[in-house]
Amino acid sequence: MNDTAIVLRARDISRAFPGVQALAGVELTLRAGEVHALMGQNGAGKSTLIKVLTGVYASDTGSIELLGQPVAPRSPLHAQELGISAVHQESHLLPNLSVAENICAGRYPHRPWLRGGGIDWRETNKRARELLAGLGIDLDVTQLAGGLPAALQQLATVARAVATDARVLILDEPTSSLDADEVKALFTLIRRLRDKGVAILFVTHFLDQVYEICDRITVLRNGRFVGEYACGKLDARGLIAAMVGRELVNAERPATHAAAGTGETPAVLAARNIARRGQLKPMDIELRAGEVLGLAGLLGSGRTELARLLFALDQRDSGEIFVDGKPARLEQPADALRLGLGFCPEDRKESGIVAELSVRENIALALQARMGLGSFLKPAAQRALAEKLVAALGVKTASIETPIAQLSGGNQQKAIIARWLATHPRVLILDEPTRGIDIAAKQELMNELLELANGGTAVLFISAEIEEVVRLSDRIMVLRDRAKAGELPRGADEDAVFSMIAGNS
Amino acid sequence: MNRRLLPLGVTMLLFVGMAAFGAIRYDGFLSPQVFLNLLIDNAFLCVVAVGMTFVILSGGIDLSVGAVIALGTMISAALLEAGWNPYAAMAVVLLFGALFGAAQGLLIQRFALAPFIVTLAGMFLARGCCYLISTESIPINDATYTAIAQARIPVGFDASLTVGALIAIAVVLAGMRIAHATEFGRTVYAIGGGESSARLMGLPVSSTKIGVYLLSGFCAALGGVVMTFYMLSGYSLHAVGLELDAIAAVVIGGTLLAGGVGYVAGTLFGVLILGIIQTLIAFDGTLSSWWTRIVVGALLLLFCLLQRLFEGRTRRTA
Amino acid sequence: MNARRFARHTLFWPTMTLGLLLLVCELFSPSFLGIAWQDGHFYGNLVDILNRAAPLMIVSMGMTLVIAVRGLDISVGAVVAITATVAALMIGGSFSADGDATSRFPLWLAIITALGVAAACGVWNGLLVVKAGMQPIVATLILMVAGRGIAQLLTGGQIITVYYAPFYTLGNGFLLGIPVALWIAAALWGLLQLAVSRSALGLFIRAIGGNPEAARVAGVRSSAITLCVYTFCGLAAGVAGLIISSNVKSADANNAGQLLELDAILAVTLGGTALTGGRFTLAGTVIGALIIQTLTSMIYSLGVPPEVNLVVKAALVFAVMLLQSPEFRALVLRALRSSRTGNA
Repeated sequence: MNDTAIVLRARDISRAFPGVQALAGVELTLRAGEVHALMGQNGAGKSTLIKVLTGVYASDTGSIELLGQPVAPRSPLHAQELGISAVHQESHLLPNLSVAENICAGRYPHRPWLRGGGIDWRETNKRARELLAGLGIDLDVTQLAGGLPAALQQLATVARAVATDARVLILDEPTSSLDADEVKALFTLIRRLRDKGVAILFVTHFLDQVYEICDRITVLRNGRFVGEYACGKLDARGLIAAMVGRELVNAERPATHAAAGTGETPAVLAARNIARRGQLKPMDIELRAGEVLGLAGLLGSGRTELARLLFALDQRDSGEIFVDGKPARLEQPADALRLGLGFCPEDRKESGIVAELSVRENIALALQARMGLGSFLKPAAQRALAEKLVAALGVKTASIETPIAQLSGGNQQKAIIARWLATHPRVLILDEPTRGIDIAAKQELMNELLELANGGTAVLFISAEIEEVVRLSDRIMVLRDRAKAGELPRGADEDAVFSMIAGNS
Repeated sequence: MNRRLLPLGVTMLLFVGMAAFGAIRYDGFLSPQVFLNLLIDNAFLCVVAVGMTFVILSGGIDLSVGAVIALGTMISAALLEAGWNPYAAMAVVLLFGALFGAAQGLLIQRFALAPFIVTLAGMFLARGCCYLISTESIPINDATYTAIAQARIPVGFDASLTVGALIAIAVVLAGMRIAHATEFGRTVYAIGGGESSARLMGLPVSSTKIGVYLLSGFCAALGGVVMTFYMLSGYSLHAVGLELDAIAAVVIGGTLLAGGVGYVAGTLFGVLILGIIQTLIAFDGTLSSWWTRIVVGALLLLFCLLQRLFEGRTRRTA
Repeated sequence: MNARRFARHTLFWPTMTLGLLLLVCELFSPSFLGIAWQDGHFYGNLVDILNRAAPLMIVSMGMTLVIAVRGLDISVGAVVAITATVAALMIGGSFSADGDATSRFPLWLAIITALGVAAACGVWNGLLVVKAGMQPIVATLILMVAGRGIAQLLTGGQIITVYYAPFYTLGNGFLLGIPVALWIAAALWGLLQLAVSRSALGLFIRAIGGNPEAARVAGVRSSAITLCVYTFCGLAAGVAGLIISSNVKSADANNAGQLLELDAILAVTLGGTALTGGRFTLAGTVIGALIIQTLTSMIYSLGVPPEVNLVVKAALVFAVMLLQSPEFRALVLRALRSSRTGNA
């Protein structure tokens, strides 16, 4: 296997940003016809390394060799010309252009010079259709990309990356929005490319996917190179140990959580017939004090929509919301806040953090919002509050005055939770709080949520990882196709959840 | 595909509606020359608005176009006074406009400066240079210019077009082709859709951004040349506030100020609508000229609300 | 290092620029900066600059908050024209029989009404942005275009002269030797500064401007606050309009406030507030307004033809913009470093 031709060799790659050394002395070797996984916790430097390889950043030190020739990509365009193609984690499609345009942009087929020389749109659409067919997708390529669901958008970005005759294909978290069938189709494509001799770099958080498709693994930790391993020679535990630097025992759910009260206690938050046209069919939901309610379902089943309706981020078309049994006026998030609700959104960069404000200001924001303009949380009080919560949640930050944008994803998430904890919420809704967070931080987070429930808060926990939902919840509500499929009591296992999602057939 | 053309359709419908209203209310409104005059009197606005369309599609804005027009007329007049060959003078003006625009584009792109501020400063600079050349109006007496200014190209029905109007039509057609059939044009739309995404996709964002302002500067200079045919003078106070008219024409034409959505054809109709408002008011005779501003403002309001409604509906079904 | 931290303070560059301009003035026209006491008040070029800059300062402060919430208000010039027109119409331009001018309505009523109209303009802008979801530049473009037309309609395109003497104090009067207009500007600055630093308003504005969606999720009443910000901007434009018309003793619907919005946005940017929203500085805006006014006075006092004013303003804007741009500073540093290693 060592004879396999080396396509890309990166040596001693470093990159510093103000205040943080994102990469130091990193190595990466990609071989033709191999799928190579890049693993590491959040903040390990994976995305930065990829940006160096694709010319978004320049490396401060070291060298990159492509097929034996030294190269230095200056821009994504240049990297593509060199033969390095990538699907970035945050790359979105251009919503105002058609799907076909998104796939072929920059490489449009042209009409012959004699017939005008302009872009040949029919050929463009045809090419796009073919590329999507390679992924098992059939859709109208002339529709605007903005109207596609997230999964199809992600697959279209893959189709675009694949369209070039790249020697190196980089996929950064390409499966985060895909369901099992779509992942299968993607893997079939990846295997086909691998067999053609393309060197593929694959970044994912899903360990099972790594072992399913990858041949080799490179592990980064804190911006440094830990090692390169063959998949067959490193088991999951070893991999995790390499990533976090310590053996992590599979944490059991702490038994200290008192069983939630029976149905006698009135629900803290209840919704009857809540619905929104095109997003959620009418359903009921109840949250009780001291209870963790898990919300499970596939992508598109309506979990996030339900959470947003409960917090009044979106307007409901029908239904009533009750707090402590009494009908409540819930028209905007400020109302929800006043009633003691809190909400950690799915996309923390877009709807969670205010990037240029400090950690302290981000943490104090919701509490101050509830106090309104009438009363003022003085800076000294803000500092005390922030310090206390940062310590309690283990938020890793240089100081509470650091702009929150400089924290890693996991620590940002903790800071958002701290923001809501400051308001002593009676109900806390968390939408995918563990997404994009390393294993150690996930564990701490879940423990924190249990402590919260122990203290009497009603917690609504949404996660795509059924295993997490099962471990954490007192009760599980299952959604399917934007409607309620049913509820499962404590002790239900993953299979029960899967059956309910699949429907009784 | 049809849904995307809806804003354009509304604009065209509005134009037809206003024309019909004028035809019913006033005699002689429907004469062909009255319609062609819409284009003749607003030829320079049309040329500038096409360039502005590209800038706005890319998510930017160019406030310097009015000042560049004026500077173009000043440079023309000064060169002609000094005895230059008329075509050489035109060439110099066009080259200047392109370079001016490219310089603005370079500052915006290379140093990540806000287009609003850069082109605002550019407007001050160009207007200031006008005053430096001369504070008085400089008449143009060159024979070629006068001949071009007086030329009429008959198009039948007892109507004729000017050279300026022909240039405007040519610019609109060229603009439509660039927007729809060239990589440059599609990259402009892509930048309007999301600049960082477009960059990650490997599109030539940097060069296109500079190119967009170069194009706008060129169109402004060309508009200045057309204006010299129309006014036969160079004057620092020409085209004051024209950039706002250009922006209004682009918005009424259906292009979103946020960028990424819009058609050059829409801008043409936007210009025609601005023209027809003035014609309606002139025909009425009793309304004072400042009613134009009020009507344009009301139209802008109507169109923007319609755009919001349209966006809102598409977002719901997505 | 203390020097570097001082240099990185947001007010450093604006203050340096202003200081430099004043220095140039003093060098070319000695005793430019001199202040004397004459006719019962302070007198001199500096006083002049401060007095004339007052309306711009006021409008710019309103503009600062609007820009901070990621908005823009290009209608302030039109609002100035409207306010001046309403006030002038209510006060009236007529002499009474014995040569003393009277006011058609009580002065206080005219002022309140005019300011009310100005605030209403701000509410109009705010509603378009918040309720109709329009982009700020479009929403305020509507009032900018139509508003001046309305003012012209009200005055019939004529300039309305105001003869009622007490009205003149706003723009020409002195209190304790200092121009009234300056008192008004200072009072407004003080109030605003208190409001943003001693209450949650500053944090809310910075959150809304920094990430509007995140602020909404966090429970900040974004719509209400944004509406208030636009209303205040309109009101500030109204105050400026009264001062301006009082200064020239008339209301000119055609020209009052022409290009004021551009000068205001310039002042805000020169002062260090970013057009992208979020962090803002009122002190910087005040300095920015002073820079613009000093420039105009400097050109006049240097005997340079006034036409040069625009070119110099442009050059200044370019200079400040480039200096504020991190990319440009990096470029300069790199050039300096390589030339140093080249010579070594």
